[in-house]
Amino acid sequence: MPLFPKPAEGSWTEHYPDLGTGPVSYEDSISPDVYERERDAIFSRTWLNVGRVEQLRRVGSYFTKEIDAARTSIVVVRSSADEVRAFFNICRHRGNKLVWSDYPGEETSGVCRQFTCKYHGWRYNLEGECTFVQQEEEFFDLDKQDYGLAPVQTDVWEGFIFVNLDPTNTTPLREYLGTFAKGLEGYPFHQLTQVHRYRADVGSNWKLFIDAFTEFYHAPVLHAKQSVADQSQKLTTMGYEALAYEIDGPHGMVSTWTGTGVPPKDMRHVKPIEQKARSGLFGPWDAPDIGLDELPPALNPAGHKAWGLDSFLFFPNFMLLIWKPNWVITYHYWPTSYNTHIFEGTCYFAPPKNARERLAQELAVVTFKEYALQDGNTLEATQSMLESRTPVKAFPLNDQEILLRHLHKTAQRYVREHEQQDSRTPAAV
Amino acid sequence: MPTTFPAAFADLEPFADWAIPTERARFAKRLSSTMDELQAFYDAAFPRMDDALAYLEQFSMDELPEDATHLLWLYCGLMTASFPVEVWRQPRVPDSGASSFDAVLEPAI
Repeated sequence: MPLFPKPAEGSWTEHYPDLGTGPVSYEDSISPDVYERERDAIFSRTWLNVGRVEQLRRVGSYFTKEIDAARTSIVVVRSSADEVRAFFNICRHRGNKLVWSDYPGEETSGVCRQFTCKYHGWRYNLEGECTFVQQEEEFFDLDKQDYGLAPVQTDVWEGFIFVNLDPTNTTPLREYLGTFAKGLEGYPFHQLTQVHRYRADVGSNWKLFIDAFTEFYHAPVLHAKQSVADQSQKLTTMGYEALAYEIDGPHGMVSTWTGTGVPPKDMRHVKPIEQKARSGLFGPWDAPDIGLDELPPALNPAGHKAWGLDSFLFFPNFMLLIWKPNWVITYHYWPTSYNTHIFEGTCYFAPPKNARERLAQELAVVTFKEYALQDGNTLEATQSMLESRTPVKAFPLNDQEILLRHLHKTAQRYVREHEQQDSRTPAAV
Repeated sequence: MPTTFPAAFADLEPFADWAIPTERARFAKRLSSTMDELQAFYDAAFPRMDDALAYLEQFSMDELPEDATHLLWLYCGLMTASFPVEVWRQPRVPDSGASSFDAVLEPAI
């Protein structure tokens, strides 16, 4: 008997019949060849979230983003016209990386009036126009107008900056992000300017970490010890069931409940430090006023009173977690090879008014870290055994793992469709 | 002798080395501590937390005096140190051998 009602078909998975219910192969997570094809079919041509507008506070604010999966680096800047723009981070003269400091492979940020190449001093204004060529008279018929920075398609949704590296892309950002994004519009993300960001080098395929964060089936087991003993035992016995799952095109979401309640109904269920700081995994118990009178329609789709968190995966690598007590986490998974990626987890809170609020936020953040450290290590253990190609070839996924099934199917579909399209297009000679 | 914390919290002076401004450094301090050291810090700081919060709440975040700032750092340290004491019985997160998770951006206090 399920704790929470499932769709009429009997399961979340069967509600989306294209997903199937059979065991799945993880060959797509252990193959250098598949990864190379994903780079072309996915990371080089879908909308990718690279940051938020608060990172570009004034004209000339910029940051660079290394997107190894698309074999490129971009610079994102607030232009003189006060617009968010992005350019490929390459000098038009002879291909030097334009914006970097100390180490060319590391990301950087700052404020500037123009970009100057370290190599020969070519300059570009904040609109990407070439404004200065060192010893211009030495060149042959060179017109600076022809040598502006190569632009990257850029758009902003609710303060989140997205880029699309495919110059031929014709799908607008909002159309790509679909109904979840539409249903989240109006959430006061801009109020959440207190930012903690974590980064980890993870020894697994990028999809495996998304897998881990789009199912909570693992939570009562892997994270059992993070709860007080009685509560932990109860959670393990009960297992995990989500309030709801939804799929929209390549994107998916899971809606979940809090376990103990926020604030907890019974203080014996939470650790002493949580009682003292009035905070924990689900965030500070005393939600700040961020002007959210009612939830936007995409949140808590089951309308359940025990609702605690919705996690949205915007394909391919951007997750947005909206917690009941008015705070947000984002996850980004940036592949660096078929079996490694950089994980970024960023916590966004309302600015604390006093030390009590600051400390409650600190406990939420470090609790997130404790969980993530457990998750991270599991991934390397999984990757290495999948790569061993033992006789085990297919793995059963349960109904609470519907989003994993969907993610892998979606990634495979993108690769297949891109390659079909490529084979129809005559190669340019 | 200059003190780290407000006078009412002189009893925490033996743990002044936990007044550390960043999470990354606080976590490193936890990993380099013994369980006895973490337990002693927890046993001293935890019972004073209500007093400390009541004291710190007098100030807004942008006008914390220096000694109050140190006190808040110390209690951020207690958040980090609480996991080994309350849960893990060891400084490291169990089964987290190869994984790392490092703060690259955090709000200054």
